[in-house]
Parts: sequence; C-alpha cells; structure tokens
Amino acid sequence: MENLFVTPLNAWHKAHGAKMVPFAGWEMPVQYSGIIAEHQHCRSKACIFDICHMGEFSLKGPGAKDALAKAVTQNLDTLAPGKCRYGFLLNPEGGVLDDLIVYRIAEDEFMLVVNGACIDSDFATIASRLPAGLEFTNISEQTAKIDLQGPASLEVLKGLLPGEWEKLGYFSFVKTAFGEVEIIVSRTGYTGELGYEFYLPASSAGDLWEALAADPDVLPAGLGARDTLRLEMGYPLYGQDLDTKHTPGAAGYAGMLTSTAEYVGKPRALDAPEKLIALSIEGRRSARHHDVVALPGGEVVGVVTSGSFSPSLGHSVALAYVKAEAADAAEFVVKTAKVELPARKVDLPFYQGGTARKKLNG
Amino acid sequence: MFPTDLLYTPSHEWAKIEGDTATVGITSFAQEQLGDITFVDLPAIGATVTQGKEFGSIESVKAASELYSPVSGEVVEVNADLDGAPELVNQEPFAGGWMIKVKLSAKPEGLLDAAAYEENAKSCH
Repeated sequence: MENLFVTPLNAWHKAHGAKMVPFAGWEMPVQYSGIIAEHQHCRSKACIFDICHMGEFSLKGPGAKDALAKAVTQNLDTLAPGKCRYGFLLNPEGGVLDDLIVYRIAEDEFMLVVNGACIDSDFATIASRLPAGLEFTNISEQTAKIDLQGPASLEVLKGLLPGEWEKLGYFSFVKTAFGEVEIIVSRTGYTGELGYEFYLPASSAGDLWEALAADPDVLPAGLGARDTLRLEMGYPLYGQDLDTKHTPGAAGYAGMLTSTAEYVGKPRALDAPEKLIALSIEGRRSARHHDVVALPGGEVVGVVTSGSFSPSLGHSVALAYVKAEAADAAEFVVKTAKVELPARKVDLPFYQGGTARKKLNG
Repeated sequence: MFPTDLLYTPSHEWAKIEGDTATVGITSFAQEQLGDITFVDLPAIGATVTQGKEFGSIESVKAASELYSPVSGEVVEVNADLDGAPELVNQEPFAGGWMIKVKLSAKPEGLLDAAAYEENAKSCH
C-alpha cells in the first residue's frame, strides 16, 4: 500500500484492529469486528464511520446560487439555508461525473460534498463552469467527515453536543460548537437509518471520534458494512451504479430533476437506453458486480453493478443496468461464474425497516 | 497456532485423517482472510473429489473463492448445518465448520503439517 492518502483517524483504526484496504486512493478500514456484526449493530444501535476521504468544496459570493445551479442538477430555488439536497454533476452528454450533496449554508454560501475519488476532477469541472468573482475553494484537506448512523444516534449525540440539532428534519443541518471548534451537524447518511453526518476541522476529528466511540451503544464500522447498508436501501455507489455512461434518468432519479436552471447536461439528463433495476435473489449466493443479467429465456439484457448478501434480509440483492425495453420484466436470471441465479425485480428499498426519515418530536 | 493433528494445503484447507476417512474444512487463517462467510457450496454425498482439484466454493460478503480438496475419494457426509449457518466456518473453522467427509481412495501426498502450514500462512500476509 504505497502512496495512499490517510485520514486523521488512520492510527486509531489500526490500533483498534481494523482491516485496512486501499479505497479510491485512500487507506481505509473495511471492517473491525466483522461486516455483518457491524451492519446489524448499525440497524439496531449506532455505528460511526470515518468518511474523511470524501471531498468538500466551499462556494461563496453574490450570485453563487444562480451560478451553481448551472453547474449541478440540484434545484437550488427551493433549497433554503439550513437544508441540503442530493443530486449530480453531469457531463454535456448527461452522463454522471459524480453524485454530490449541496448544502446551502447561507443565502450566498454553499458547501458541496463529493466522492473521494472525484475530488480533483469535480473541482476542476465545477470551477470551469463558474463565472469569475466567486470564491470557490477545495476545503477537503482541512475538513473531516464522520458519520454517526443508527436508531440510537439521537440518544448518543444528546450526551455530547448542545441541543440545537435535536429538531433537525431529514436533509437539514445546523452549525454548532464541538468544544472550541465549529461543527456542521447534518441529518443525512448512507445507511437508511436515523443519523448524522459531521463536518469539522480535521484537527478535531480524533476528539469527536473518541467521544462517540466511548458511548457503549456505538461501534466503529468500516466500508464493508457501509456498502451492505447502502445497498439494502438501493443507494447508488459512484463508479458502480452511477457512471459517465448513464444519466440520472437511467439511474432512476428523473423525478428529482426539478431544477429550472440550464445546467450542463440537462438536455440529455433523462436519456435512458438502459435502466437501473433492483433485483431480489432467493438464497444466500450472491450476484456480483459485472455478472451478466439475462431474461429467463436466455437473452442477455444487462449487467450487475452492485450485488451482495443482504444481512438484514437473509438473502442476496443486486442492482443492475438492463436495456430499457427489458426493464419492465418481472423475472430475470443472473449468470455468476458458476451458476444461474433466478432474480425477481422489486421496488426499492430492499430493506423497509430503516429509521432515516423518522419524525422526531420537538 | 494450528492444530497439530491435522494436515494442511497451501490453499488453506485442512484434512483430519482417521483410518480411511478424512474430514475436510478450511483453516482459521482462511476464514479470517475471507471475512464473514455467507454461503458454502458443497458437493453431494457420493460425489468424487480429487486432491488439488476444486470441490466447492465459499462466499463471503466481499468475495467468492474456490475450495480445493486436500484428499481424493468419495464424499460420504456433508455438513448440512452450513446451509443455514455458514458463519460456523468463521466461528469454529476446525470443529463445527467442517465441510465434507471423504472415504479415501488414495493416500494424500505432500500435505503440510501444522508447523509448515504456519510458515506458509505467514508468507501470505
């Protein structure tokens, strides 16, 4: 493992028995106690995830909203300060360069959160789409991101931070203080459970991590559990379920494209010669990325982009791109290296018990 | 570190030979490398296995791998518990996580003892 970036929590992970792997140019923990145990713990209590490899950009200045609206797919006219929204950065052909969350910090100030592997290219792409006079900064290096996810998250956090964040609705955030430093608490996540994503100075990441880890209900979880948790919800992973060959329309996000701005890629953002579908597979044998998808009659119609045993459901699930004309079929066959697995098309999420959207009293 | 009454393959299977029968599984090192095991595909009773050849496959959350037989012979018993509880391979790789029992057709050649296997496993890191 050479030339890998490390997060401020790298030494902690190693000291606590994490199995480290290269991921998107970073040395990251894939698991501590075990993927399934961490997965179950996140669904029942709470887990913390080191997500410092993801990138953050800051955009400020008069006209920032209208300028950004031409660079990304998010509808910013309906995004109030204190809210954040999921969307895409597209190429002119409508293909997805990255998926990202836009935070409206203030009327003329935004934060963009992008995938770790895409930081440099996203920054260059967005910068090239912005007019002069705006302050656009890559703040990834000085910004740490830690996720707390799971139904116990609220109780865990109550003991740690003053309460301004307690009433946050889904996809809302607040700036507050963690000791001496400013922290953004965002009620978002990638697991389907109630939880929070924190953005704070990298120099304070260790303090927050240790404080969260000290709670008896909290376990650290690695990228392995993060992947099975997100797949059970049908959340796409960039580089597998999203790529430059597919538009947001193909990935199932047509309904989210409500922006009236003429953003790059908009004319073709709904092009969908293929569609991303969700497949439920009976039994424990897993479909894997790149496995071929066919109709029961044998005609090859697509390919698996994500597939795994689902710890919550006890059987395998997969996402796959299939030809649009085949996407309405009810039954498919996944051809693994060894066998053919019968698969049934289902609606997302695979796992219906997530607490992410839970209404909180307050 | 590894039980001394077993023989091992460089591909991390073990065999416990008692008379003309061998019990076969994978080692603690192998299950640790694989991570949480979610599925084990084993041959049927009566199938023939050959030393060094694939006899089944094993899947973890992250990957699928082949299983190579440490012995040659006929499968006389299969661990049915692994169907519903493949995690037994993680929990008890040398006991409850055994996979098949084979009636030997030939004496296995070139298997490693515990010390030699340990050397081999170390070099896999």
